[in-house]
Amino acid sequence: MKPPRFDYLRPQTLAEALELLDRHGGDAAILAGGQSLMPMLNLRVAQPAVLIDINAVPELDRIGRSGDRLSLGGRARHNDVFRSAEVAQAAPLLTVALEHVAHEAIRNRGTLGGSLALADPAAELPACMVCLDAEIVAASVKGERRIPAGAFFQGLYTTTLEPNEILARVDVPAAGTDWRFGFDEVARRRGDFAMAGVAVAVREESKAVAECRISLLGVEMSPRRMEAVEMCLLDAPLGTAANIVAAQSALRDTLEPIEGSEIPPEYRIQIARELLARVIRAMAAPVSGKRTH
Amino acid sequence: MPRASTRRLVAGRGRYVDDIPAKGEVYAAFLRSPHAHAAFEVVNISAAAAIPGVVRVLTAENIDPVCPPWKCVLRNAPDLQSPEQRPLARRQAVFQGEPIALVVAQSRAIAEDALELIEVEWSERPAAISLEAAAMPDAVPAHENLKSNICWRFEHRSGDPDKAFADAEHVVLRRLVFARKTGVPLEPRGILASYDPSTNGLIVHVSHQMPHQFQLHLAELLGMSPLDVRVICSDIGGAFGIKMHIYPEEVAVCAASRILGRPVKFIADRVESLSSDVHAREHIVEARMAVNTSGMITAIDVDDIQGLGAYSVYPRSSTAEAMSALRAVGGPYRFDNYHALLRSVLQNKVMTGQYRSVGHPVAAAITEALVEDAAAVRGEDSIVFRQRNFLPTEAMPWVSPMGARMIDLSHHACLERMLTLVDYPRLRQEIDTWRQEGRIVGLGLASFVEFTATGAEAYGRAHVPVSSLDGVMLTMEPTGEVRAQCSASEIGQGIQQGLAQIIADAVGVRADKVRVALGDTAASPHGGGAWSSRGAAITGEVAWTAGRKLRNELLNVAAAMLQTTATSLDLRDGRILAADTGAERIAIGDVARTVIFHPYDLPAGTNAQMSVSHTWGRDADPFLPTNGVQASLVEIDPISGLVRPLRHWVVEDCGRIINPLLVDEQIRGGVVQGIGEALYEICRYTEDGQYGSGTLADYLLPMAADMPDIVVAHVETPYSGSQLGAKGAGEAGTCGAPAAVLNAVNDALRPFGGRIDAMPISPVDVLRALGKLPAKAGA
Ligand SMILES: Cc1cc2nc3c(=O)[nH]c(=O)nc-3n(C[C@H](O)[C@H](O)[C@H](O)COP(=O)(O)OP(=O)(O)OC[C@H]3O[C@@H](n4cnc5c(N)ncnc54)[C@H](O)[C@@H]3O)c2cc1C
Repeated sequence: MKPPRFDYLRPQTLAEALELLDRHGGDAAILAGGQSLMPMLNLRVAQPAVLIDINAVPELDRIGRSGDRLSLGGRARHNDVFRSAEVAQAAPLLTVALEHVAHEAIRNRGTLGGSLALADPAAELPACMVCLDAEIVAASVKGERRIPAGAFFQGLYTTTLEPNEILARVDVPAAGTDWRFGFDEVARRRGDFAMAGVAVAVREESKAVAECRISLLGVEMSPRRMEAVEMCLLDAPLGTAANIVAAQSALRDTLEPIEGSEIPPEYRIQIARELLARVIRAMAAPVSGKRTH
Repeated sequence: MPRASTRRLVAGRGRYVDDIPAKGEVYAAFLRSPHAHAAFEVVNISAAAAIPGVVRVLTAENIDPVCPPWKCVLRNAPDLQSPEQRPLARRQAVFQGEPIALVVAQSRAIAEDALELIEVEWSERPAAISLEAAAMPDAVPAHENLKSNICWRFEHRSGDPDKAFADAEHVVLRRLVFARKTGVPLEPRGILASYDPSTNGLIVHVSHQMPHQFQLHLAELLGMSPLDVRVICSDIGGAFGIKMHIYPEEVAVCAASRILGRPVKFIADRVESLSSDVHAREHIVEARMAVNTSGMITAIDVDDIQGLGAYSVYPRSSTAEAMSALRAVGGPYRFDNYHALLRSVLQNKVMTGQYRSVGHPVAAAITEALVEDAAAVRGEDSIVFRQRNFLPTEAMPWVSPMGARMIDLSHHACLERMLTLVDYPRLRQEIDTWRQEGRIVGLGLASFVEFTATGAEAYGRAHVPVSSLDGVMLTMEPTGEVRAQCSASEIGQGIQQGLAQIIADAVGVRADKVRVALGDTAASPHGGGAWSSRGAAITGEVAWTAGRKLRNELLNVAAAMLQTTATSLDLRDGRILAADTGAERIAIGDVARTVIFHPYDLPAGTNAQMSVSHTWGRDADPFLPTNGVQASLVEIDPISGLVRPLRHWVVEDCGRIINPLLVDEQIRGGVVQGIGEALYEICRYTEDGQYGSGTLADYLLPMAADMPDIVVAHVETPYSGSQLGAKGAGEAGTCGAPAAVLNAVNDALRPFGGRIDAMPISPVDVLRALGKLPAKAGA
């Protein structure tokens, strides 16, 4: 478990980083928190010729809000996002979900950009970004490119990011007070990647659901909006028994679960359906409307 | 009393193998078979050898001339058939991960780079993987030319089990499946072998449980005198049984050092540990219990198929696990008729071997599952059933159907204590309330017997060089402090502290005035090391006697100095006192200094011994049975089927307790490993023998956040055959925990009509048992 040889570069500015990335492209790997890349290097699963360490690039970890937009830097550490008051206010879904991401030590190093770029099907943040309708901002020597989260994730460990692009930032629409969020997941042990998880965002107008976004993690190869399920919840108060049943059966019809013998697809479907109901009920319950925990 | 070495270890000052440097050391990495079963030819090593920093690439061609193959042979089990094994496989690889070549380089990273350039031609063979398939008469053979994969078959019958089953009022049966798991010590296996051609001496630092046994095997394999092979085990970061075997890697590294004439170091990384340390368990057991009209157990019948992996592990044999299970089945109960059948099966997987509580958890799980079923068919509380069937104190000593001498056990007392500890009637009521609230909760009990502190019989009759004796040498320093050399091993369990306390009490000094050294074959007397929870029971007994000898020497000299008799003196806290008044007469430091520096002040011919030694091994009782009972309270998440242990209780009888803190922590750690066995840990193979549990993301260990509070209580029934009365305590936690958790889960599932019969308990199976998922196809 020793990495193969590689050259190590540590750019001091974003421009320098982008230039290096442009030069080395497919031969390079960006090193952010290293919580996924280092094990992959040690296992020799990843064998990049060049490692471009972005930890010295200033500003890349900025978390800030301007108007109705919350901007999260690509190198924002999980724990900084988790503890940010601005995030808790503008995108509380992230605060709730991050509690499930790994363990304290890993959250201290692991980054938002790393998690999104890696696109692990069981990771929390990709599903949340889809649910939040966030925009991913990719930077290259040619400039910036904005990609809706819903179009960013392409499958197992696959995104639309080009080899010469850095995931520079994520723009999340700041939630108004009419939005409510729910999140829950099932993992084998505390901090493990989820066997299934559900993220739900709902906007209500005169006590009926006017907008709804639902995405899952750990169930399919990559996160996407569950439109057929969302439809079941529209135009009615949140959490009616009939709507929950309808949403659950729509979910079963929609899902294309990951195959596997240890965790068979029907198990993932079953827990996803139960989680969906649990999350919606918790959101509908007045005391714990915001946090489902 | 906390152990003296705690501060050093938590300060990061431990000295594990990788912390020990040797001038000119080079690093080894192994090329391992990617296939479960294949013929191969190493065709080209030149590209690998050409990498700058590579010292040598070695294959079986190079190693075989300095080290012959070995083979697991037990003289008392002549039918056992295990193939020859070599440091590096030659032309045939029989499990994925088997070492086939070795690169020695200036760094481990360079060595790993070189591995990728070794050219090997592979020709895959069908592999024997699943235990059931491998045990079939027409199975794919695990080795070429193997007539049958059944490495060993054992059958035992006592009494008339057939008649007992025919006459039974009730017969209950279970088929339980136990997956493979492994030990996962914090410190992986590691070795630093330094061969010096000028002295023909080999110094080996190794993370191992028995330095002396390791020394003998190495000497034999390398054709050296044990006097020229010095084995040093410094700090050991956990072992759990996986470090008591002779592995190909360790031997290959010693052979490489011999060939190169320079120090070679190998530290297994986590992937290598998980995929080449011995695995354990892997049983499919069908068991029946016969109960008569008065609710007494009349017979037990067990059919155990056990997976061995590619070889029966050298030198103690993988079959020990199953034999130990068969011996412990029905342990706490009195029954007269027993039939046991064992088939130990070779497979194209890593070897299985002795791991904490060897076989006992399997026995406890079977027995206690049957006990629950038997009580259920009788419509009574299983506690009543247990109390009726326990071997009563007045019936001891009693010889079990497998020939184990049951002595000094306290089943009823332990269960009584447990019922008070958990507040049984109230807890049952509480569980009823929770169930009415819709929670899925269950309580499980498990009584167990564990055979500890194995004596001479077990391996002596097999002609495996396992020391049944231990040795302790004590030296009185001129300061009045005591230096000890002991043949036990400190593997993290704390025996170093335990021995210091025993010696201190025996001599009459404070524990901090005793320094205990262990683990160096050049310094400590030959002895057994650490396994079978033997330290306190065997080495401790030796230490006590050695301490008493030294005390007598001191009292005799003091008597001479004080012109009185030894019997009128006492020795406490480092001071010689008048036995009657307790008045201080002289400090032992002064006695020691007189003997060492001014012997002319003593009567001529005193010749007091300031160094004493004692060796001893038990000749009675091949094992010391211990007993206890565990209880587990679990809750099942109705959505996911995940089992959460809420609380765990242990009442345990390990005889005389020397250090309660150490014993309790041994119990707790053992329980956690047992919970891991019940809920999380599994070594998975695909159907074609690809290993799937090579990282700690795939091999799930129990983690602190998921563990319940563990309440520990004791009943003390000293072993009647020794002065100290200590028995083994290190494995009891692991012994009973899986059974208790399994029973708890099945108690929780009972209202739903489902049941779990496999460990680790999968949440998928739990949802099936709850009726929330359709049953497995074909099940
Ligand atoms: C024990 C453990 C448990 C974990 N549990 C969870 C969990 O429950 N949920 C979860 O979501 N995650 C979990 N993780 C993963 C963790 O969140 C990772 O940190 C994260 O997935 C990757 O972030 P990183 O900053 O460490 O990225 P790195 O490891 O540095 O990089 C990961 C990949 O992303 C690329 N990359 C990184 N940053 C960028 C960027 N800005 N632009 C373009 N490409 C980039 C890298 O080149 C690499 O390919 C766990 C990790 C561990 C070790």
